[in-house]
Amino acid sequence: MRRTFKAGMGAGVAAVALFAGLAVAQAGALKIESWRNDDADIWNSKIIPAFNKHYPDIKIEFAPSAPKEYNAALNARLDGGTAGDLITCRPFDASLALYQKHQLDSLDDLKGMDNFSDVAKAAWQTDDGKTTFCVPMASVITGFIYNKEVFAKLGLAEPKTLDEFHAVLEKLKKDGTYIPLVMGTADQWEAATMGFQNIGPDYWKGETGRTNLIAGKEKFTDPQYVAAFKEIAGWAPYLGSGFQAQTYADSQNLFSLGKGAIYAAGSWDISTFRGQAQFAMGAFPPPQPAGTTDCYISDHTDIAMGVNAASKNKEDARKFLEWLTTPEFATIYANALPGFFPLAKTPVKIDDDVAATMVGWRQTCKSTIRNSYQILSRGTPNLENELWNVSAQVVNGKLTPEAAAKQLQDGLDKWYKPAR
Amino acid sequence: MPEPVSNIISQMPRLRLAALLLFFLGPALAVYSLFSIYPLVATMALSTYTSDPSGARHFIGIANFQALLGDALWSKPFWNAFRNNLIFFAVHMCVQNPIGIALAGLLSLPGLRLKGFYRTVMFLPTMLSVVIVGFSWNLILSPLWGVAAGALKTVCLGSLFAPWLGLESSALVTLSLISVWQFVGIPMMLIYAALLNIPDELIDAARVDGLGHFRIFLHIKLPLVLPTISLVSILTFVANFNAFDLIYSVKGALAGPNFATDILGTFFYRTFFGNQLQLGNPTMGAAVATIMFFIILVGLCLYLVLVQRRIRRYAF
Repeated sequence: MRRTFKAGMGAGVAAVALFAGLAVAQAGALKIESWRNDDADIWNSKIIPAFNKHYPDIKIEFAPSAPKEYNAALNARLDGGTAGDLITCRPFDASLALYQKHQLDSLDDLKGMDNFSDVAKAAWQTDDGKTTFCVPMASVITGFIYNKEVFAKLGLAEPKTLDEFHAVLEKLKKDGTYIPLVMGTADQWEAATMGFQNIGPDYWKGETGRTNLIAGKEKFTDPQYVAAFKEIAGWAPYLGSGFQAQTYADSQNLFSLGKGAIYAAGSWDISTFRGQAQFAMGAFPPPQPAGTTDCYISDHTDIAMGVNAASKNKEDARKFLEWLTTPEFATIYANALPGFFPLAKTPVKIDDDVAATMVGWRQTCKSTIRNSYQILSRGTPNLENELWNVSAQVVNGKLTPEAAAKQLQDGLDKWYKPAR
Repeated sequence: MPEPVSNIISQMPRLRLAALLLFFLGPALAVYSLFSIYPLVATMALSTYTSDPSGARHFIGIANFQALLGDALWSKPFWNAFRNNLIFFAVHMCVQNPIGIALAGLLSLPGLRLKGFYRTVMFLPTMLSVVIVGFSWNLILSPLWGVAAGALKTVCLGSLFAPWLGLESSALVTLSLISVWQFVGIPMMLIYAALLNIPDELIDAARVDGLGHFRIFLHIKLPLVLPTISLVSILTFVANFNAFDLIYSVKGALAGPNFATDILGTFFYRTFFGNQLQLGNPTMGAAVATIMFFIILVGLCLYLVLVQRRIRRYAF
């Protein structure tokens, strides 16, 4: 009953450092820090063996932490000097902070870095774009995955515009057999990432709007942002009953059990569904608002890898990173983890049809990253946290789109002074 | 008759006494200092610093506390968490402890069969991992697969069901009640133990005077276990203001919807370790932890002054 929280914490940090210290003591092996514990199998059975074909002498150990704890655990290990040699990089500020604390090395002179475009590298660069400190590995794309059998049975077609999207949802609701749109708001981030950031780029014209927000030329209270909130505010009638208490895992289960028709999706869901769903799936990009011609998708740079500045084995670590820039790695990674799309310039053939469809949107639509990620989530209140909170409230009908936009902009105005 | 201990001590050479004290108290004192006092003092020290982007720390005095209590950016979530924590505590005091007392009263009835079984069953949830408790109740109350909706429907109360854990109005109370369910065994056991200590002569005398079970409980037993009840209350207070795990495991560090379930523990966690894109702020986190410590300290002092001293104890 009595939890001595503070005391426990100090002991916990000490214990973590101790364990990490024991693990790192074996010389020679490169240790990879990562939050992708779901992928441990793929790293051990596919990626590391493929690398060892080229460099049989370099031993590599994939040592992931739980995603929720990764940032805290990694920081503790880096501060204590017991972190692994290769660090999987979160996008933007979390990794930038590590570089600024001299815990990550600059990788500008790494062979193969020119295989990546500036947009691909942006998430792991200093603000001026001059120094890159992680090798981009993959991005994730959001859109909508649907149950093809349900669409065929009810004679529905992939909606191209929001009007068509609403018509499809209405038909599904009238039929009543399936939950028209699978999304919950209990975990909050679904509403922000698969709602607002998913359908939003069409409204704010992708990178144009995103960079304008950072430059201070646009505000969240501008009509294009309020309109995106208005769209997700209209989704509640089509969500499952009690969606306010529906967690992300609930959403995944609902769709893979065939109880839902359309799933507001991130491409990272594909491998989960492949393992569980028994029906054919398709995907369509965010439907476009009336009067727009160009389409935009959220193609979010999500995962990269850098070298621990305190590593004793930097030479081998850099060899591994060089290999990460090759098409060979990109092909293995993209096909072992459908839904994590390589960022290298060389196109990669992806066998999974849903993943291939989603990555195909890159040809027809313009890519952008989530607008809250670069620079804007640096202050207090934290923009990303605020966005989760207000997006969930907008879908729940507890906050008007205008009030949501105002709350975001007010929060940003408190600390953010755009460079003029 | 053996010599009183105080005499032995006063006759002992000073050095010997010191050595003896060190021998007996030393180990516990060392462990306690290392794992309890040192982290506490280090936390307080850390709360007077701030860090810059390069990771270097600078002394800033009480600026963190001024921001936490005076700057709306910090004070709004802080007071929200404090208020929610008070509600969390109030639900425990109004539900957990009365139920615990009632259960203990029932268990101590003479002639009750299967006593050991009931006691074990009611204490079991306390021993479960909070992750399991959170997960189970999430499933039970789930509007999609939970049994709660169906169970209400079979007794014709289906219309009462709502996604309680997801609504701003009910999420906090629901979580408090889950916590009550988990920990009700503790007041029950403590009070049950106190009830067993009451001499049978008192109960027999009351029965001879014609009192029934209920009135015996109300007029004889309850006043006699009041010291235990006040102890239970203060334990509840300390545990509630340190609580964190249930909320975190069910609602995450952002304690939604709209921070309706944010208590001081989750607010501290978010500040110290960060969340998604929010970077952790150890110095401000230490300030939150220090304030939590003082809140509990003030609560304990009030209890000592206002309650503890006035309690009358009965020696049997």
